[in-house]
Amino acid sequence: MTEWVDIGALEDIPVRGARKLKTPIGCVGVFRTAANEVFALVDRCPHKGGPLSEGIVHGRAVTCPLHNWVIALDTGLAQGADEGSVPTVPVKLAAGRVLVDRGAVSLAQAAE
Amino acid sequence: MTQKLVVIGAGMASGRALEELFALSPDAWEVTLFGAEPRGNYNRLMLSPVLAGEKTYEEIVTHDDAWYRDNRVTCRFGEKVTGIDRARKVVISEGGETPYDKLIVATGSQPFIIPVPGKDLPGVITFRDLDDVNRMRAAAAKPGAKAVVIGGGLLGLEAAAGLQVQGMEVTVLHLMPHLMERQLDPAAAYLLQKELEGRGIRVMCKADTGEIMGETQVEGVRLKDGTEIPADIVVMAVGIRPDTALAKEAGLAVGRGIHVDDQMVTSDEDILAVGECVEHDGNVYGLVAPLYEMGKVLAKTLMGEAAAYKGSVMSTKLKVTGVDLFSAGDFAEGEDRDEIVFRDPSRGVYKRLVLREDRIIGAVMYGETADGNWYFGLLKDKADVSEMRDTLVFGAAFQGGARLDPMAAVAALPDDAEICGCNGVCKGQIVSAITEKGLTGLDAVKAHTKASSSCGTCSGLVEQILQMTLGGDYQAQTVKPMCPCTELTHMDVRRLIKSQQLKSIPAVMQELGWKTSCGCASCRPALNYYLLCDWPGEYEDDYQSRFINERVHSNIQKDGTFSVVPRMWGGITNPAELRAIADAAEKYNVPTVKVTGGQRIDLLGVKKDDLPKIWKDLNAAGLVSGQAYAKGLRTVKTCVGTDHCRFGTQDSVGLGIELEKKLWGSWTPHKVKMAVTGCPRNCAEATCKDLGVVCVDSGFEVHIGGAAGLHVKATELLCKLTSEEAVVEHCAAAIQLYREEAQYLHRMYKWIDAVGLDHVKARVVEDAESRRALADRFYYAQRFMQQDPWSERASEGVHAHEFAPLAEIA
Ligand SMILES: Cc1cc2nc3c(=O)[nH]c(=O)nc-3n(C[C@H](O)[C@H](O)[C@H](O)COP(=O)(O)OP(=O)(O)OC[C@H]3O[C@@H](n4cnc5c(N)ncnc54)[C@H](O)[C@@H]3O)c2cc1C
Ligand code: FES
Repeated sequence: MTEWVDIGALEDIPVRGARKLKTPIGCVGVFRTAANEVFALVDRCPHKGGPLSEGIVHGRAVTCPLHNWVIALDTGLAQGADEGSVPTVPVKLAAGRVLVDRGAVSLAQAAE
Repeated sequence: MTQKLVVIGAGMASGRALEELFALSPDAWEVTLFGAEPRGNYNRLMLSPVLAGEKTYEEIVTHDDAWYRDNRVTCRFGEKVTGIDRARKVVISEGGETPYDKLIVATGSQPFIIPVPGKDLPGVITFRDLDDVNRMRAAAAKPGAKAVVIGGGLLGLEAAAGLQVQGMEVTVLHLMPHLMERQLDPAAAYLLQKELEGRGIRVMCKADTGEIMGETQVEGVRLKDGTEIPADIVVMAVGIRPDTALAKEAGLAVGRGIHVDDQMVTSDEDILAVGECVEHDGNVYGLVAPLYEMGKVLAKTLMGEAAAYKGSVMSTKLKVTGVDLFSAGDFAEGEDRDEIVFRDPSRGVYKRLVLREDRIIGAVMYGETADGNWYFGLLKDKADVSEMRDTLVFGAAFQGGARLDPMAAVAALPDDAEICGCNGVCKGQIVSAITEKGLTGLDAVKAHTKASSSCGTCSGLVEQILQMTLGGDYQAQTVKPMCPCTELTHMDVRRLIKSQQLKSIPAVMQELGWKTSCGCASCRPALNYYLLCDWPGEYEDDYQSRFINERVHSNIQKDGTFSVVPRMWGGITNPAELRAIADAAEKYNVPTVKVTGGQRIDLLGVKKDDLPKIWKDLNAAGLVSGQAYAKGLRTVKTCVGTDHCRFGTQDSVGLGIELEKKLWGSWTPHKVKMAVTGCPRNCAEATCKDLGVVCVDSGFEVHIGGAAGLHVKATELLCKLTSEEAVVEHCAAAIQLYREEAQYLHRMYKWIDAVGLDHVKARVVEDAESRRALADRFYYAQRFMQQDPWSERASEGVHAHEFAPLAEIA
């Protein structure tokens, strides 16, 4: 059973921006697009571990602040000719609140 | 079971061989890679564009740390191998002994140095690696510096052209009667020499060097006939020799190069060799195409697959921007040969084909080289050309019809026509990559096929293939669009923002037909800057379109921590400020405290959550952000001037502080660094800054357009002034003109390269009214921009979300 945890209001995340979520598996970036969709990714670029939550958000993608890799927010896959991916974390919006799947960010689950 | 593979030489041949090997089997071998250069593999061919300033070193790196790590290659860069003990199967280097199961020798070549007196003087430079290029660029930074290049071959001419672009006065000395005699016939060499002379390069053929003159440093060259040519540096580019010393000492069979068989194995079955150090079937090679073919065979041999290298026929192109030159095969005259020549003097075109028994054996082309690869294909295939002999010289498009359009030449090429000589990529491979993978641009083709990724001279052809394959969907990148979101260039966009009165990012994207919904990480910060600059007070900064450094007002470090640099006006500080900095460093456990090149103190390794707190403490002591991350005024370096210095001519410190206080704040296309130096001894290094003021007895010289980053560039004199007020006004006006006209991320010197110094002088120096208007616009913008970003955030809670996590899940 998925356990959804409330982590804050949509309003707390800037449009075309991101915030960090601290979790047992490390930092997770929670992103909000111009179309008010939310996505969550482990906050480590597959290239050299850059903090993705600090990159520029455009369309459904974020550009890493360290070396400009572009990562798709919905799949976690590197775009263009670069290859690599970051794990995505299930998130949903309900009544203006942002919820994440606790199981996906707890250690037991991640070790499976 | 993995076996140990040791590689000597981290150059282009071993780099490609390892790529081929890992493609066959990613983990059959445990690789240790020795390189005498203190860096990994880069595209050596591209050193010429790096020298000319057309590319940076970063752009030519072919294998970065990540690549070596991903392939688990143990890198021993900066470590020369000094011996091979074949009996014990170990290589010997500074770090001790390293055992191998198989060994690859890929030591490349050594530049040949002609044995004349003075050859060891400082200032005699070869042209082989990045250090050589850096030495040449450093010498070129000196105004009026002179270079002599010995050798009028491929390498020498690329060096000469690059040094000339860098502002040096260049003379080429060539022993033979005409340039590039191994690749060109006299007629093509004549056209080439004329072109180079037209650029201001002096060419002396039949010039036999007798001596390099100088006591402690190169001062010139004396020819055997007594002629003397003054020089600050001498570039030796007379040829290369396979680097076989190590192999010879280890007792391997060595001729001109290290002997290898068709499988790339040396006389010792556990030692293979590849690259320029090799001699195969009596031939040694000095271009990359054969090395790539050898690399393929070597990888297969290591994996126990059958493969054979059969030697290579080569073609040559000169990589000097604006010179089109192609040569292949044998073009000497002879009894048994026919030739076909085509000339068009008004366009400077010359083509010559040499035939024997109805087959092309040589081709030389100057001025128009589009058909080069087609001829080269016919030559390699030994195709019978008797049928098309009459029209052969007009090129591929002419066979069986009239030439329709420029694209026809490429369209007419068969699928197996080689397009990229370096990487052996043919037309069919490129076309299928485009259609199957949906590629739409040159960079994508490079990434997927490797075509045009080495010397790059084939990029025009690749673009034509793109255009031919994609039709109207493809626009050749002769003008470079701002980013993949638009076809417009930076300058087009700037122009339209003003003329169409576009005042927001969505307005720009809508009215100018952006192809993406909200841009990308490359156009958004640029647009944000343009709008902020063009509509001060009206346009509201789009915070989410700033880079992270500009959002959190500190520089992000590679580990995700930040650096904090308070301003020290003109480089002056006092005990109270130093105490506050020391206290803050202790309180927030700052791991590194460093004095910067801009005369202030950098606190490195601050955690993001601590930023507002440390700023608050520093603010309390009167310190404000030094904006060390900003595209705006960074620092004004000073020397002590008349206050203390016995040479000082003016109050350089006072003027520096005044300039820094007046000019900090407004954003600029890229960073701006300044300096004020108290006398022409230039202790504050003002002549390599974006703007530098040199105090002299009679007043002040304002210099502009210097840089000391990736590119080192000396400033040029903008004007001489007599009062401090005039200096401030001229600097403000120059910065404003730069703000209004430059492309985002172009330093001042790049902007001046584009618009010309005369234009800047006309607007800033000669026309007083224009100067005042520029300065007024600058000060108007300053009203909105001179706010300390620290205090807003530390005390007023601006952008608090930036510094705290959204939530924490336990
Ligand atoms: C400026 C310039 C322009 C060029 N332009 C072109 C061009 O347009 N087209 C073209 O086809 N070719 C061009 N070339 C030639 C091309 O770069 C070479 O053919 C190619 O780099 C040779 O590859 P390699 O691996 O054999 O040697 P290298 O690339 O030279 O690599 C050999 C490496 O081994 C290292 N090494 C040597 N001895 C030892 C040791 N004992 N221990 C550890 N390391 C050692 C060396 O430091 C060097 O880094 C150009 C070369 C230069 C310099
Ligand atoms: S021919 Fe050199 S990169 Fe293609």
